[in-house]
Amino acid sequence: MLDPVDVLIIGAGASGAAVAWSLTDTKMRIVCLEQGDWHKPTDYPANGRDWEARQLNDFSVSPNRRGRVQDYPIQEDDSPIKIANFNGVGGGTVLYAGHYPRFHPSDFRVKSLDGVGDDWPISYKTLEPYYAENDRMTGVSGLAGDPAYPPKQPMMPPLPLGVSGAALAKGLNSLGWHWWPSDSAIATTDYEGRAKCINLSHCTSGCAQGAKASTDITYWPQAIRAGVELRTRCRVKEITVNEQGMASGAIYFDADGKEVFQPAEVVIMACNGVGTPRILLNSKSEKFPNGIANSSGLVGKNLMFHPYAQIYGYFDQEMDGYHGPNDCIWSQEFYETNRDRGFLRGWTFEFTRGQGPVMAAVTGMATNRLPWGEDHHRAYRRLYGHRAGMVAICEDLPEEHNTVTLDPFLKDAHGIPAPKITYKLSENSRRMLDYAVERGSDILRAAGAHDVGFEKPLGHGGWHLMGTARMGKDPTRSVVNEWGRSHDVKNLFVVDGSLFVTSAGVNPTCTIQALALYVADSIKQRLATLFD
Amino acid sequence: MSLSPDQQRSLRCIAGLMIPVSTAYQVPGADDPVIFADILASLGMDTADTIKALAALDAIAGGVFADQTATAQNDAAARLRDAGGPEVLSMGRVILQCYYRDDRVVRSLNLEARPPFPLGRTLAQGDWSLLDPVRARPKFYREAPE
Repeated sequence: MLDPVDVLIIGAGASGAAVAWSLTDTKMRIVCLEQGDWHKPTDYPANGRDWEARQLNDFSVSPNRRGRVQDYPIQEDDSPIKIANFNGVGGGTVLYAGHYPRFHPSDFRVKSLDGVGDDWPISYKTLEPYYAENDRMTGVSGLAGDPAYPPKQPMMPPLPLGVSGAALAKGLNSLGWHWWPSDSAIATTDYEGRAKCINLSHCTSGCAQGAKASTDITYWPQAIRAGVELRTRCRVKEITVNEQGMASGAIYFDADGKEVFQPAEVVIMACNGVGTPRILLNSKSEKFPNGIANSSGLVGKNLMFHPYAQIYGYFDQEMDGYHGPNDCIWSQEFYETNRDRGFLRGWTFEFTRGQGPVMAAVTGMATNRLPWGEDHHRAYRRLYGHRAGMVAICEDLPEEHNTVTLDPFLKDAHGIPAPKITYKLSENSRRMLDYAVERGSDILRAAGAHDVGFEKPLGHGGWHLMGTARMGKDPTRSVVNEWGRSHDVKNLFVVDGSLFVTSAGVNPTCTIQALALYVADSIKQRLATLFD
Repeated sequence: MSLSPDQQRSLRCIAGLMIPVSTAYQVPGADDPVIFADILASLGMDTADTIKALAALDAIAGGVFADQTATAQNDAAARLRDAGGPEVLSMGRVILQCYYRDDRVVRSLNLEARPPFPLGRTLAQGDWSLLDPVRARPKFYREAPE
């Protein structure tokens, strides 16, 4: 058995990094277990001529496609939306695009305002200082003054509009619709030791320049310098409990496959919306036969994605292609509820620049725009460099039948049951997706696109994993309390996307990290009475 | 798992039918020896799907695809393309990812034949005055009760 530690964090991604860094103030002994590895900038595909192919293979967003030894399989046959994640130091931030929108104030009061979902036990004001602290740690580029948001101040100027952004902005202006440069976790100037963006390509296979703020280069170096021990290639099997019903530590498999017990005074789950419920459900004991922290029966329930619609068009003029980050501009014209539209809640349009030569060909062929044979070359030259478009990130509402459970058959390399995803798209989401495709097509046509296409929901778009250990004041309706502590186990905390009560219509990462900083602060303020 | 000699010959044939050589654009076909060697070396996790797609192609052709007449090959290729499916998409993806990184093809698109890092790319700022009408808009987010 290893020496006990004060705090054991499981997962070194967006939230694990933030909570580890914040808790270093306490001078407690903190250990973080991460099933993946560190990655060097030279590992990333942008270093080689095969950069696009690697985005589809060893740097695919699908763990089932990647199949690295650090990954675990996911049974997702019962879901039209497939899981996207990354297992390594930095977690999903290694592969995310870097879109960094905050929630709106209304997102915390969905039940009160719109009569659906639930209200959060905290508000925008609660998180506002943590959003700001997280923005500083991350290094956010953007532009103050967005009328869709309460005031906020990005650290760096926005990413360039480029040809694509300007064309789309003209279309939006002609319709009188909102747009604004995206808040992005991408450095547009040198920032805190990170070099500025040099427009390598799409950012979703790791940033070789280090301009994109993945937590392996933001929070982790500072946390480690302050004394946190980060152990990689350590896959946690279960949280253990003592006779008093408190968490006593975790059993994990180390890099050599040896089973190890790490005792701890406090355990913090930071494995996001699929990994966290998987471990909690697998932590069965006499005291917790249905999994630890699960007296409500809600661990793994209320899984929310963001159903995505992708809408794109081809223009006569040459667009940005693969030059520059995918992040560009966004529109929140349709963010807030308007009951006349036939659904509740709304979405953000995030506009995208274009594609590299391979992806232009692959999507062209998949959508029958690119023929086989003699006409291939002429058709390809009409497509390549002429595409731009958007995704609509639609708010998903919590529904208990959308779940993460343990698959009875599929197991990972260590014999731990794989997560099973059961998810059905709601009628509200279907209507929202349909409406979003219509409005997105309006924008593209107004911008001059002559050939418009779409995909809804985006099958591989399960990037955002939320709601499976929700926070709340009522122990029968939530898994953790309003500051992230399990209702059942008073030294067990959750800090990741599992906490979300509702999903909002924006990318979740900066809210996940603000929540992690908020929970860390709540712990620090209550150290003397933490387990009361 | 690897392709048999017959499967390799058929894959090369179908690659050449998918993307033939073009004198007009001065580019090789996907059955070019260098490109095809890259395709074979890059099958990786798509090998099983490619073998299934080639088996389907042989079934359509009524024998080894590579041994058919040009007319029969064209007919079988068209039927395979129309049938589609994940295996055909996987096979096509491997062919495309190797073809569109070949130096000759990349240069024909007026692109530099190099990886993105470390030189990066340039991106125009664009016209920020386009934002003026949006800046003038009053705030429109909903206030929410505490």
